[in-house]
Amino acid sequence: MKRTLNGKGGIRVRNIRLIARLDIKAPNLIKGVRLEGLRVLGDPKAFATRYYEAGVDEIIYMDIVASLYERNSLGDLLTRTARDVFIPITVGGGVRSIDDVRALLRAGADKVAINTAAVRQPELISEVASRFGSQCMVLSIEAKSAGPGKWEAYTDNGRERTGLDVLEWVKRGCELGAGEILLTSVDREGTRKGFDVELLKAVAEVATCPVIASGGMGTLDHMRDALDEGGVDAIAMADVLHYDRLSLREIRAAATDAGYVLRQDVGAAT
Amino acid sequence: MKVHVVDYGVGNLHSIVRAVEASGGEAVLTDSPKELARADRMLLPGVGAFEPCARRLQESGLVEPVKEFVRSGKPFLGICVGMQLLFDESREFGVHQGLGLIPGVVDAIPPLDAAGERKVPNIGWRPLRSPGEGSWDGTLMEGLEPGVSSAYFVHTYNCHPADAGHRLADVDYVGYQICAAVSKDNITGFQCHPERSGLVGLRIMANFLR
Repeated sequence: MKRTLNGKGGIRVRNIRLIARLDIKAPNLIKGVRLEGLRVLGDPKAFATRYYEAGVDEIIYMDIVASLYERNSLGDLLTRTARDVFIPITVGGGVRSIDDVRALLRAGADKVAINTAAVRQPELISEVASRFGSQCMVLSIEAKSAGPGKWEAYTDNGRERTGLDVLEWVKRGCELGAGEILLTSVDREGTRKGFDVELLKAVAEVATCPVIASGGMGTLDHMRDALDEGGVDAIAMADVLHYDRLSLREIRAAATDAGYVLRQDVGAAT
Repeated sequence: MKVHVVDYGVGNLHSIVRAVEASGGEAVLTDSPKELARADRMLLPGVGAFEPCARRLQESGLVEPVKEFVRSGKPFLGICVGMQLLFDESREFGVHQGLGLIPGVVDAIPPLDAAGERKVPNIGWRPLRSPGEGSWDGTLMEGLEPGVSSAYFVHTYNCHPADAGHRLADVDYVGYQICAAVSKDNITGFQCHPERSGLVGLRIMANFLR
């Protein structure tokens, strides 16, 4: 078991989660580099079901063109997926209002990830948290490097600047009631060059809620770096799974060997 | 086997219905006291904060039908806030009355204590442990392996049964004991989400349908 000093003379055992992230341009699963240059991979539900059966802990569906149309179009896909996938599903992209959240939760989502609308009106974070519980309010942040030790939050797949400092935004988001931070490094997304560990570390230190690292995983070492040095609570993976570069079996084994606690009986995967 | 799912406008009903169906049952979503009176199995869902859930249940006129069913002695299952509502009261954003079916209170998970720092909400898969020497045989957890079988948690508040004998399962969250499941007579409650806990959760649902 991973026991790390917590600075107060105690020890802690770290449970971590492995999450499959599926970026979707309806009706297809797609994959880009730095959130652009998209390739069509196929039916998202087929991929999600395969990952569920192979023992992934959660699924993230991200509607990557939703901001363009100002709405999320994944309701039907969610309902179809929730028929056969019995693990938590987070949905993001174009979530603008309490009504949007209600519709997506009704369709089968367990949590919603919000970026643009939260930047425009941060009080939406509190409204979603108080109405549906902070456990379903995931604050999605697209971070781009803005010099040493500094990152700026972006929207619209890393195209629009917000002027918000990522670390300040994380603190504020937690205070407003976000239950999780989905932290995507725009610089690393789809590059397979590894997570932006400095970013992860800085965010994990200021966040009072769990942090999901997204963007850049290419090897098992990248995952270990994000966990050991980045200190995050969950790892989101896309490219490595979609292209079968690594199997969930070997990813799980590597995390376990590194001393982290994962759920032990995943059924189909064992 | 039919399961009547109490539809009082809260909860991840779609996931719960699907888990019932995948376990071989038939889910009846209803807010009708008359329909609930016909139930052989009742499931009380609940997601989010305690007070809005308690208020909605009250406003829907479903408190009595739920209590009436519990008195019938037939199997009753509460999930997440649906478990928390079974207790006397919750201290989430003030003090709020629960259904008083299981003695005890619901209180916040401390983010920080002598054992160290804890992020809240508690989100993730945790191995379920059997408190004391109790066996899970004959309960909804029959067939699960203590300390191994893991379920998905996402919550900020924790149930404290007044009678330790009502604890069915616990998990450890950074040195803090979380009440994962309770059972008292025909009532079982899960803080974790069987409907989102893969095969472990489907096993719990299948046991509920037996």
